[in-house]
Amino acid sequence: MAAAPADLIDTLSGISLFADVGAAELNSIAHIVEERRYADGERILRQGISGSAFYLILEGEATIRVSGTDYGTLGRGEFFGEISALLGEPPVADIVAARTLRCAIIPGPAVEPFMLAHPTVMYRMLKAEARKLQRATSWRT
Amino acid sequence: MRHAVISADPSPGGMFRRWPFFQRLLSWTKPYAPEERGSRYYERYDWNSLIGDEDRLRAIQPGLMDGTSYFPARAEMEASLATFAREAGLQIRYGCRWTGTRREGDGFVLETTAGEYRCRVPVFAFGMAEPWKPDIPGLDVVPHYADTRAPETYAGRRIFIIGKEVSAFELANGFLPWAKQIVLGSPRPVALSVVTKSLVGVRARYVQPYEDHILGGGVVLVNATIDEVVRTPAGFRVRTMRSDGGGPLVFEVDDVIATTGFTPPIGDLPTLGAQTSGRTKIPALTPLFESIGLPGAYMAGTVTQGAPGLKKHGMPSSSGAVHGHRYNARILARHLAQTYFGIDPVRPQLKADAVLPYLLAEVTRAPELWHQKSYLARTILVDGSRGIIDDGILPLQLFVDSGGPDGVAVTVEANPAGDIYPAVYIRKDNAIIEHLLPSNPLLDFETAEHRKQLADALGPLGL
Repeated sequence: MAAAPADLIDTLSGISLFADVGAAELNSIAHIVEERRYADGERILRQGISGSAFYLILEGEATIRVSGTDYGTLGRGEFFGEISALLGEPPVADIVAARTLRCAIIPGPAVEPFMLAHPTVMYRMLKAEARKLQRATSWRT
Repeated sequence: MRHAVISADPSPGGMFRRWPFFQRLLSWTKPYAPEERGSRYYERYDWNSLIGDEDRLRAIQPGLMDGTSYFPARAEMEASLATFAREAGLQIRYGCRWTGTRREGDGFVLETTAGEYRCRVPVFAFGMAEPWKPDIPGLDVVPHYADTRAPETYAGRRIFIIGKEVSAFELANGFLPWAKQIVLGSPRPVALSVVTKSLVGVRARYVQPYEDHILGGGVVLVNATIDEVVRTPAGFRVRTMRSDGGGPLVFEVDDVIATTGFTPPIGDLPTLGAQTSGRTKIPALTPLFESIGLPGAYMAGTVTQGAPGLKKHGMPSSSGAVHGHRYNARILARHLAQTYFGIDPVRPQLKADAVLPYLLAEVTRAPELWHQKSYLARTILVDGSRGIIDDGILPLQLFVDSGGPDGVAVTVEANPAGDIYPAVYIRKDNAIIEHLLPSNPLLDFETAEHRKQLADALGPLGL
């Protein structure tokens, strides 16, 4: 593949995770990620099933579901599957398309080299993780 | 099921009259294999024969090969398809091109060059047949892989091949005795199947240009964005930008070839709602190969890769090749028969003590599980009213994601380390538990250790 579709590059450029990435690097990233659409109700990440990936929502919404109970939704620009990919452990939740969903995907084994090759993206991810951790521990203050 | 089959080609095997350019397929058929030729288990070693339920339709390909290679020549593949169609008595209207589609009531109308066909269920098996080039300035005047000339016409010439995937390396390999210099350029580094330990990447047959590159023999691999191709009096100028931030690189060459892939000729289906994914515009499909966005329309053949399955560890299905989609077709036929025609053959019942050895034999030998790793699974249901039922080979995703009776699905999986091992999925009260069994140096999964681990996994089902 020699050039990524312009619409994918445009979509990625509008997502905060890539806010610090230049045009050439974004083009390169658009070649690395896989793009996929999911039907309403389709499971993307599966609780307890190994070998999953990192997912970034490009369009649509997804539901976080643990053992059949919903715990919130994720929208455009949000990502999931990173903990499972980084730790090499099965996910602890299902992620289910709440309506037709479009995601960019990086397979689990490719996440580490991707992050090392794109440190500004890794830094943005780290900040997002820090915010999640802050929210999760806010009861202490 | 009452059906009609139309094909734009004049006879079976149209694609193989043109490609692969250098004559031989990438998929192998081993005339002599550990399993008896013609048996179901033999299909694991024969990637190219189509399959039927009758024994006479099995293993047609090896009987047509001349012994010079275990990769069939494309004429041998074409002959295999023609033989299957003839022996199976397939009724196909050739030379009939689909030109348009519209909905009519619960069904569809297919407009063709031979008039209109009305059907309840259309199945599109149009393949990845349309050459595709990205929107790069100047690329419109560059020949596509499909337009490659005879290799001798490249004698003594400098060639820039846009792309670093299989077709790029196929051409580079074929040009080695002819070209003065070969450059392969694209943004991503080359991936080799022997490194990814999967079918992802350039296959071993075409690795020679890579070795030439790393030994400094003259082949150049460049990781760069292709910015522009310009016609010059002497040939072409290719302007690129290195992916590593090293700045621009400009190449003056005699020929440029775009090995940028193929896309399915999906016609007007997107205007009816069919969704596609990625730059190749492969239709997005449910696990049973139904269009996402155009319910009631189904796909077969290589475009069934639009139903990617679980894609564990990022490894794709084999649905883009015969040895993968031939099994998808069987599943689709069963699904259509059940859903639209009320045909639902009785499934075999199993005795409880037969389940364990049966499943171990399947993960050791079943061609569906070996060719479609992590994708297709042997499925057993434990149904209070019907007993223990062999529900056949089905998409693993279907078993994992849809509720239903308690049961077990077994498949073969592989990981990035190159291990191949059985995987067991137990469905109990609609919750799924995954068990990964150990690998084995001889790929023998009928050992005492496997027997014990599978027995433990089956415990909650009372098997």
